[in-house]
Amino acid sequence: MKYIVLFIFSLGFWLLLTFSLSIQNIIVGVVAALLTVLFFGNLFPDKVVKLLQPQRYFWLIVYLFVFIWECLKANFDVAYRVLHPAMPIKPGIVKVKLSLKTDLARTFLANSITMTPGTISVDMIDDLLYVHWIYVSSTDPEVYSKKVAGRFEKYIKKIFE
Amino acid sequence: METISVILIAIGILFNLFGCIGLIRLPDVYNRLQSATKCVTLGTCSILLGVLFYYGFIDIGVKALITIVILFFTATVAAHALVKGAYKFGVKLGDKSVKDDYKEVKK
Repeated sequence: MKYIVLFIFSLGFWLLLTFSLSIQNIIVGVVAALLTVLFFGNLFPDKVVKLLQPQRYFWLIVYLFVFIWECLKANFDVAYRVLHPAMPIKPGIVKVKLSLKTDLARTFLANSITMTPGTISVDMIDDLLYVHWIYVSSTDPEVYSKKVAGRFEKYIKKIFE
Repeated sequence: METISVILIAIGILFNLFGCIGLIRLPDVYNRLQSATKCVTLGTCSILLGVLFYYGFIDIGVKALITIVILFFTATVAAHALVKGAYKFGVKLGDKSVKDDYKEVKK
């Protein structure tokens, strides 16, 4: 079942990307989608039913707006630090405890963290996410976990879990 | 529509410029990647949005929109891979760094 869904997704993506409905294009798309399913199908989440629950899409849209806002803030923040003559940076690597369980949700969270204020996810070992932070504002694990991941975790939990 | 697209493209170029300034000014690999991923990704996304507004929802516009999605995923994954690779390779954090939790795991 999940292979069929993944096939439809990849074919749709291909058609959007090439944006033509000629027969040659569709044939190439089908072959490419089949290869994708063969090689990467096992990485796709098992529970396809989740794709049909509308509230997940609602939260995805809410999350998108939150994410774009955070992303804009991130950019002004980094631009400010870069252009300031004294360069107010205090970099370091901190560890953040994750409450998310599934791989897909964690990937999404790590990607979101990389795009937001001064943080890049370095590595994930068990339940801990190591994050490089351009301005370590506190040394208390509770506080910075909330600052780095807390904003997104509740939305991602609603979308993917 | 044309005005909006020109404004968006101008903002994009400005942010790309900030990213490049950051690439030169910041002290170590990790901080440089911060500016390289964030400013440059937003700058490029802004330029692509400008393209979308300029052409509307025909093939070029839709492709620009999809490129934004792909860029968001690939840029973050690339940044993560570069940071992890640099750390594994033994690149030290800059002098200004205050904390390194990752060190204890690497031992």
